[in-house]
Amino acid sequence: MFAQESNGNVDAESTQAKSEITAEPETSSESESPKQRADGFDGADTAWMLICSALVLMMTAPGLALFYGGLVRKKNILGVMMQCIFLMGTMSIVWALWGYSLAFGGHLLGGFVGDGTYLLMNNVLPYYDSVAGEAVYPMTGSIPTMVNMVFQMMFFIITPCLICGAFAERMKFSAMVVFSILWGTFVYCPIAHWVWGGGYFSAGEPMHAFDFAGGTVVHISSGVSALLCAVIIGKRLGFNQEPMPPHNLTYTCIGATMLWIGWFGFNAGSAVEANVLAANAFVATHMAAAAGVIAWAGAEWYFRGKPSILGACSGAVAGLVCITPASGTVTPLAAIALGLIAGLACFWACTSLKTKFGYDDSLDAFGVHGVGGTVGAILTGVFATRAVTGDNHPIGLLEGNAGQMGPQLISIVAAAGIALIGTFILLKVIDATIGLRVTQQDEMQGLDLSQHGEEGYIFL
Amino acid sequence: MKKIEAVIRHFKLEEVKDALTSMGIQGMTVSEVRGFGRQKGHKEQYRGAEYTVDFLPKAKMEVVVSDDQAGEVIETILRSARTGQIGDGKIFVTSLDEMIRIRTGETGQEAL
Repeated sequence: MFAQESNGNVDAESTQAKSEITAEPETSSESESPKQRADGFDGADTAWMLICSALVLMMTAPGLALFYGGLVRKKNILGVMMQCIFLMGTMSIVWALWGYSLAFGGHLLGGFVGDGTYLLMNNVLPYYDSVAGEAVYPMTGSIPTMVNMVFQMMFFIITPCLICGAFAERMKFSAMVVFSILWGTFVYCPIAHWVWGGGYFSAGEPMHAFDFAGGTVVHISSGVSALLCAVIIGKRLGFNQEPMPPHNLTYTCIGATMLWIGWFGFNAGSAVEANVLAANAFVATHMAAAAGVIAWAGAEWYFRGKPSILGACSGAVAGLVCITPASGTVTPLAAIALGLIAGLACFWACTSLKTKFGYDDSLDAFGVHGVGGTVGAILTGVFATRAVTGDNHPIGLLEGNAGQMGPQLISIVAAAGIALIGTFILLKVIDATIGLRVTQQDEMQGLDLSQHGEEGYIFL
Repeated sequence: MKKIEAVIRHFKLEEVKDALTSMGIQGMTVSEVRGFGRQKGHKEQYRGAEYTVDFLPKAKMEVVVSDDQAGEVIETILRSARTGQIGDGKIFVTSLDEMIRIRTGETGQEAL
């Protein structure tokens, strides 16, 4: 779906081999199995995409839930975890009913957003064709469309969860739910349509921007929105006056490493096939995360005397964010460079930039995802190589094609622009209706008790 | 009777307990406490934000002994809890008015 021009030989061989496998009869010869009736079905691809879907879901909870949960104060851990688990439910339903259609349906409003092709899972689920007298299984490439739908659903779940890091410890739960649904519909879906759904920046379009696994769609959109959320909602009570250290970095470390593992599904799954591109994305993803760990922790070691666990975890995530758009177009060696640069850039954003401007991005959603995603989108244009994509002409800046930088930059500005405008409008509307922020008393008590009536830690 | 309270390092707790029980002390109370003395706290950094932690965790041990045992108990604690580094803790000695064993109602020395 995203960039599949390459690996013709491999696919030809594997398709032949797979067709033999799929031709094997089922135990009962009375009726054909669904997979034999579906055009182009590939068992390996489908198995791979199902696994990747599960891996990406694991990124939200327990991955992000633990990563963020450990970073907040202990009176707010359930608030963070609830945001993740509740959005797993809510965003899944939104995606299945209309989100997938708005992102991956045909053009509507001049290509601004997808149309109703897949509304209510129409053309996604199998249906019975009474004229032909058989069930029809909609396919996307070599996998059932419902597998593609569910894989993309996992991205739709985690993206608003990333934003939650910016307003952690002070936003009303109800406001967060309404914001996430509307943000997903009006911000995420259009951007996903532009980049992956055949829109302005999709493959084949004049402004084709490389965004293999969602640097623009997921990280820039969420990171920029997160910054605006932090500014509009305001600082936490006592910010810069009372200590607000993370309450459990053990959780954060476990969460970060789960994110790392889940990211293999995020990036390598974005090949939408079990092919060499997926292999490249997998290895590049790992190398970037590894380099990110070294860069951030190394910077701390140099500038502040000690390498910290939180720094190593943050560096890994920064590297992963940065390689996300690039994993299908750069080599694993270039991924090391991306990871190092992202580690340093995000370290600077979270320690210097944030202090300088004084905004309270509680868990550094902007510092890591906004900055890391932007750096990644730019560097994708720099390091992209035909050796990975199989194009027959230079595609990246280092290969001599400066022209790719234009679409990369324009897609960044476009995604950030709609994210800012959309988020601003949504926050203002929600603030005027149900209110964005909990009361001071609720904030002091903690979101666990005030929003959910539960405590994370009950000893005795 | 004397009550001897010793604020000591956690990792010295077992050593002090063993030393005291081997000299015949039959009971003690231990609690987790936090505080600071001359050692003061330390600094922690989380993504560039610096925090000063003033209250450091320590273990507090309370032992009640007869007047004539007090000197030896203090000596034993001093010997077994000491590392020589700043932050070894302190011993507080107070005179105790009364002590009663709940099970039997015994008082004073009988209740030790």
